[in-house]
Amino acid sequence: MPAVTSLGLLRPIMTWRVAVAIVVLALLGLLPWYAPWLETAGIINQRFALTVMTRVLILAIAACSLNLILGYGGMVSFGHAVYIGLGGYTVGILAHHGLGSGFVQFPLAILLSALFALAIGALSLRTRGVYFIMITLAFAQLLYFVGVGLEPYGADDGLTINRRSDFAGLIPDRGPDKFVAFYVLSFAVLVLVLGLVHRLVNSRFGMVLRGARSNDLRMQALGFPTFRYRLAAFVIAGAICGLAGALLANHTEFISPAMMHWTRSGDLIVMVVLGGMGSVLGPVYGALAFLLLEEFLPGLLRLVLGWLHDGTAAVIGRGPAGALDDWLRLAEYWQIALGAILIAVVLHARGGIDSLLGRAGRG
Amino acid sequence: MAEALLQIDSLVKRFGGLVATDSLSLDVQPGEVHALIGPNGAGKTTLIAQLSGFLKPDSGRVIFDRQDITGLPAAARVRLGLARSFQITSVLRDFSALDNVALAEQARQGHSFRFWRPARRDPALRNPGMLALEEVGLADRADTPAASLSHGEQRQLEVAMALGSDPRLLLLDEPMAGMGPEESVSMVALLRRLRGKRTMLLIEHDMDAVFALADRITVLVYGRAIATGTPAEIRANREVRTAYLGDTEV
Repeated sequence: MPAVTSLGLLRPIMTWRVAVAIVVLALLGLLPWYAPWLETAGIINQRFALTVMTRVLILAIAACSLNLILGYGGMVSFGHAVYIGLGGYTVGILAHHGLGSGFVQFPLAILLSALFALAIGALSLRTRGVYFIMITLAFAQLLYFVGVGLEPYGADDGLTINRRSDFAGLIPDRGPDKFVAFYVLSFAVLVLVLGLVHRLVNSRFGMVLRGARSNDLRMQALGFPTFRYRLAAFVIAGAICGLAGALLANHTEFISPAMMHWTRSGDLIVMVVLGGMGSVLGPVYGALAFLLLEEFLPGLLRLVLGWLHDGTAAVIGRGPAGALDDWLRLAEYWQIALGAILIAVVLHARGGIDSLLGRAGRG
Repeated sequence: MAEALLQIDSLVKRFGGLVATDSLSLDVQPGEVHALIGPNGAGKTTLIAQLSGFLKPDSGRVIFDRQDITGLPAAARVRLGLARSFQITSVLRDFSALDNVALAEQARQGHSFRFWRPARRDPALRNPGMLALEEVGLADRADTPAASLSHGEQRQLEVAMALGSDPRLLLLDEPMAGMGPEESVSMVALLRRLRGKRTMLLIEHDMDAVFALADRITVLVYGRAIATGTPAEIRANREVRTAYLGDTEV
């Protein structure tokens, strides 16, 4: 009976998880249209909101790519930011030499990242566990120091990009419109990447990748040469992250070795774990939560500390409570609060933010 | 003698001072159920690991269907038609029973560099998967996560996965390990159904099962084959009785 079938299909599809996903993606996608309203309402400056959120979108793309190998493949790459660097440097160096076409820069950034991922993966995927973490970290540090040594391109100080990638005028690369246009471009890329990851992890290829995470020996005994599949996933992830790097260089109009510092690789891991490993949208939630906390937690803490100071002063008097500035200075230690939040999420929700929205179904 | 499907030629594997496989030679004829018995530590599982490509022998050769496969990786051996099950249950625990056998079918169909179509909605994988579950009696547990299956059901799934690659030689490493009496009976029934259709090298401690199923039996002690013969010959063998069967009262 078709009626029963369609009902049976509808029920599992419209869950809390899906509803939240739709709302979050809609809020992200429509930001340029309601940002002016936010500014009029005195909530946040429009340009500032777009700038912050563009960064969130781009790093969400990078986190999605890491999720492919970390969440679905069980490969804890501690050097994933290296592809952000490779993508960024490709754009920056080409722009520096006057080659500004995005149609050249972006494919090259993706290709170069894929090639490096192929080389790094071919060597590091022969190891497991802590060794894999260490080798990926070592490769990332190697390239980081290559960046530090690149004198013609600013070495440690980095390189300013004078003009964003030119997409034959299709996307405004100057003037006030460029922020909105670039935001829309980043969002479109994120949606494409999400769709791609969703198809990938549910395809035959994805089943092999996830099977190898679950029980690699068994997959080999079934006849899958798992190394090839893991390597292929590693290369795809590197390529997508390189694309994120190319976007990031355009966004900041600046490249420097800091883009691929190991702490950035760590941030990406935190985003994936925080959002939910092995869930397609998890990294988006993770990037949102992590970067927005990073941006707004100090201010939030100052607000709370102000209240606490006033409360304490009201109880024990102005003198013993100490100066307000001493209290507010505590907000400099906001990273401790961030750490505490991360620990709480990891302890209470193994599957990250995504699992808080309802038990993960299949896929 | 007919051409052996599997021929093991003076295989040696040492772990430090311990010789786990000691110049072992053995053959498996097409169509037969060849059982491998021996006390704990006789090197049975070590042998399976070398035959399936998970351990490299120190010397000797493994020949499968006239092809030297001694240096081949595990996955390549499966594609030639040599599949194994594991003594310690090895299924994909976070996948459903059907997913597990569908993956075996997926492996049989060739490479999986197919990136786009959803595998879980592919009848070319699900239908043979369901058949495989029916064959071992797990059809009604298709959507249950493998981790939630009972021990006996996991053992059945284990065998179904090994069968999924449609092997010409099935290496079964103690399929009845840890099973209750009832579960054992259904496993023996399953293996009896497979008998004649599949060539099997069977490791098993359950002597009733071994003597009921095997066409030939090889007795392994300290890595060496001390006797090979029909069940009747093995029962009558004095050396075997003192080395092994004496304390189990067959």
